[in-house]
Amino acid sequence: MKLESNVPEGELATKWTEYKSKMNLVAPNNKRRISVIVVGTGLAGASAAATLAELGYTVKNFTFHDSPRRAHSIAAQGGINAAKNYQNDGDSVYRLFYDTIKGGDYRSREANVHRLAEVSTDIIDQCVAQGVPFAREYGGLLENRSFGGVQVSRTFYARGQTGQQLLIGAYQSLERQISIGQVHMYNRHEMLDLVTVDGKARGIITRNLINGEIERHSAHCVVLATGGYGNVFYLSTNAMGCNVTAAWKSVKRGALMANPCFTQIHPTCIPVSGTYQSKLTLMSESLRNDGRVWVPKKLEDVKAIREGNKTGNDIPESDRDYYLERRYPAFGNLVPRDVASRAAKTACDEGFGVNKSGLAVYLDFSDAIMRYGRIEANSQGDHNPSDAKVKELGTKVIENKYGNLFEMYEKITGENPYKLPMKIYPAVHYTMGGVWVDYNLETNVPGLFALGESNFSDHGANRLGASALMQGLADGYFVIPYTIGQFLSGEIQNPVPSTDLPEFEAAEKEVRARIDKFLSMKGNQTVESFHRRLGLIMWDNCGMSRNAVDLKKARQQVRDLRDEFYKDVFIPGTNEEFNPELEKAGRVADFLELGETMILDALNREESCGGHFREEYQTEEGEALRRDDEFTYVAAWEWDDKEPKLHKEELKFDNVELKTRSYK
Amino acid sequence: MNLTLKVWRQKNDKASGKFEEYQVEATEHMSFLEMLDVLNEDILENKGEPVAFDHDCREGICGTCSLTINGRPHGPNRGTTTCQLHMRHFNDGDTITIEPWRAEAFPVVKDLVVDRSSFDRIIQAGGFISVNTGQAVDGNSIPIEKEIAAESFDAATCIGCGACVAACPNGAAMLFTSAKVSHLGLLPQGKVEQDKRVVKMVETMDDEGFGNCTNIGACHVECPKEIKLENIARMNRQYFAAKIKA
Repeated sequence: MKLESNVPEGELATKWTEYKSKMNLVAPNNKRRISVIVVGTGLAGASAAATLAELGYTVKNFTFHDSPRRAHSIAAQGGINAAKNYQNDGDSVYRLFYDTIKGGDYRSREANVHRLAEVSTDIIDQCVAQGVPFAREYGGLLENRSFGGVQVSRTFYARGQTGQQLLIGAYQSLERQISIGQVHMYNRHEMLDLVTVDGKARGIITRNLINGEIERHSAHCVVLATGGYGNVFYLSTNAMGCNVTAAWKSVKRGALMANPCFTQIHPTCIPVSGTYQSKLTLMSESLRNDGRVWVPKKLEDVKAIREGNKTGNDIPESDRDYYLERRYPAFGNLVPRDVASRAAKTACDEGFGVNKSGLAVYLDFSDAIMRYGRIEANSQGDHNPSDAKVKELGTKVIENKYGNLFEMYEKITGENPYKLPMKIYPAVHYTMGGVWVDYNLETNVPGLFALGESNFSDHGANRLGASALMQGLADGYFVIPYTIGQFLSGEIQNPVPSTDLPEFEAAEKEVRARIDKFLSMKGNQTVESFHRRLGLIMWDNCGMSRNAVDLKKARQQVRDLRDEFYKDVFIPGTNEEFNPELEKAGRVADFLELGETMILDALNREESCGGHFREEYQTEEGEALRRDDEFTYVAAWEWDDKEPKLHKEELKFDNVELKTRSYK
Repeated sequence: MNLTLKVWRQKNDKASGKFEEYQVEATEHMSFLEMLDVLNEDILENKGEPVAFDHDCREGICGTCSLTINGRPHGPNRGTTTCQLHMRHFNDGDTITIEPWRAEAFPVVKDLVVDRSSFDRIIQAGGFISVNTGQAVDGNSIPIEKEIAAESFDAATCIGCGACVAACPNGAAMLFTSAKVSHLGLLPQGKVEQDKRVVKMVETMDDEGFGNCTNIGACHVECPKEIKLENIARMNRQYFAAKIKA
């Protein structure tokens, strides 16, 4: 199989515009007769479903949630990037493109990333028009802040709830289309298989999660917008329901899984507190604008802190190691996520972790509180304020900027982060890998598209902060509405396929057989316990650092776990009812296969790049060692129960020079 | 800590339900939902049927989790969703009663899970700004006063969980509906359709079986995002004005 990226010819900067003006269109009278299935209602799914409906297509939209507004995009905190250059600080489409390519450690496709940077500005306009209440300056104009890995302020935000506000914007557009009958919404429906007819994606099989009904849905094409697979690690910042099932079922029908080992470990999350832990909570990267990351210099201080005899506040300035500022003076606390996470791991591996488990570092706001306090006092005309006054004023400024995050931290940990430095540790957050797509966001299965986090396309080996929201909305609002026409213009002669076709019947039969198998096993272990064990194997061996010996061992462990799962899992109840254990079982079964593919991909990629750090490939200073001559390609995996097959798409860089990423 | 749980069990929307009692061992660092995870693992160990409850993000933003805990939607803490409630706010030996949202417009699906699709239908009635993708002008061409943007934002933080309805003796959805009416209506972009929006949303709210507002204010007290009662007053004003104009 040869993977064709289908990137159009032409200059990078004008490619997309030229392509759009020449691409095939579907006339309005034909759009009405064409139906599209969109799976997922996050930023990518809701924006795609709404926009395709606005264009006149008949859309069927599916979510396993009770409402499209619940999708996990809602939890994104920090912001959304756009090359508006409203701050006049030297930003441009090219700079956003370049930052994203560099941030992704040169493992993404130039043309896709440039297009992303181009449409980023339209996203902000669209969201403002929908009523997204972005942060504003006193003059009434939009405000920006900085994020990691870049030197301009291009992040638009809505307090610490940017994802929520953007998703509600997209959700409202979607609801508007539902109200006029242009989108048919299926809540609490889970996609359990993809149906292909004559090699083209023509429908899906779903389970109604309330009554267990297995349904067939057909359309002219299928769009996946089903998010990432971070929950393969069990503990992650993903919502409990996030899963890979829709994407994985598509892979089992022939789509390819690209760069699955590229996982983003986010540096600032609340540390694990116990074995019952069900998920991890992110503290937005925006906090690194003002928080300073450090650990004590002396092991005796570490000991005293762990024993509860000292707190972070008791450690004098001279005994603190602000290790990001020390190691990366140019970017300091705002280095990209992969770099910040690895540095935290290094500090903890060397024994400097500041909680009982030794897996936490400090994120300290005391300097920022004093700095803002002094500015605030000055602006109030008080030029000789007491320290207490400065602290009080500064605390208010921090509260205005990050209040909801600090509150969340206090709710979870029971500690007041205005008084004591926050304790944070890296956690699985986002997956750059995903279903392989070409420039049109079409997978290698004709008529099957993948958007947002579910595809692999834009972030390479590491995603920059505030770029996930940008990509989800770019794909849904401004890319797929155009590129889908390339496929659908060839379909205007074809009616919506009948769900009585043998392909639908066969797929439904397989779905039923899988469910029956789960319910008939009657083993002794819970789904949750298998998921936890899988997560541990993945975290220990395919997490923040990886090596060939452990990866090989882990592959066998995952295979053994899969065998054990199919022998001994216990699922209560029946199919014909609301049965969360049955739902989870299907998802964990898919994670077990995906996990193995991730391990294989990590084994295959004998280099360190972005979030993928192979211990064998590092510089003397412990920085990632990329091997461009051998690994400048996308690794796309075809599933096979015995030995998944690797397909390669070479990455060509005509516009940027491949350099060693340096944030020093 | 050892706890006694009285949990509402109901097979489906047609069956009648009842309380069942369970013992569970928890630690103070657990979240309330993690405590229920432990209970469910215990039940599964004994081949029983776990308690169904809605949950997803577990960080207080998706609005999926519900639960009336000791008679209070989302439990005892102000401004806190059930998923953000931690067991350190309970004591060893406590008995905790856990029920689903109780409201005519939220039928029970199973155990503690209810159907809140009526909320989506209220939004469908007008909780949007009619702008198609690609029709927008430059973001900075619509300056909005910082205070107005903040007020709109405060209303927009509603997570659509339904605690306001569960808290209200009348089962009213006034806080939810008015939050959306305020979020959009305060902004210049949303003013154009405001009259039509407020009338249609209020009518849909009534059609869905939600009750009326009698100024009790429990909705605001139990709202995990502390949405203000002012929104209800604003909606009432705008509703009457729109009706008179029409």
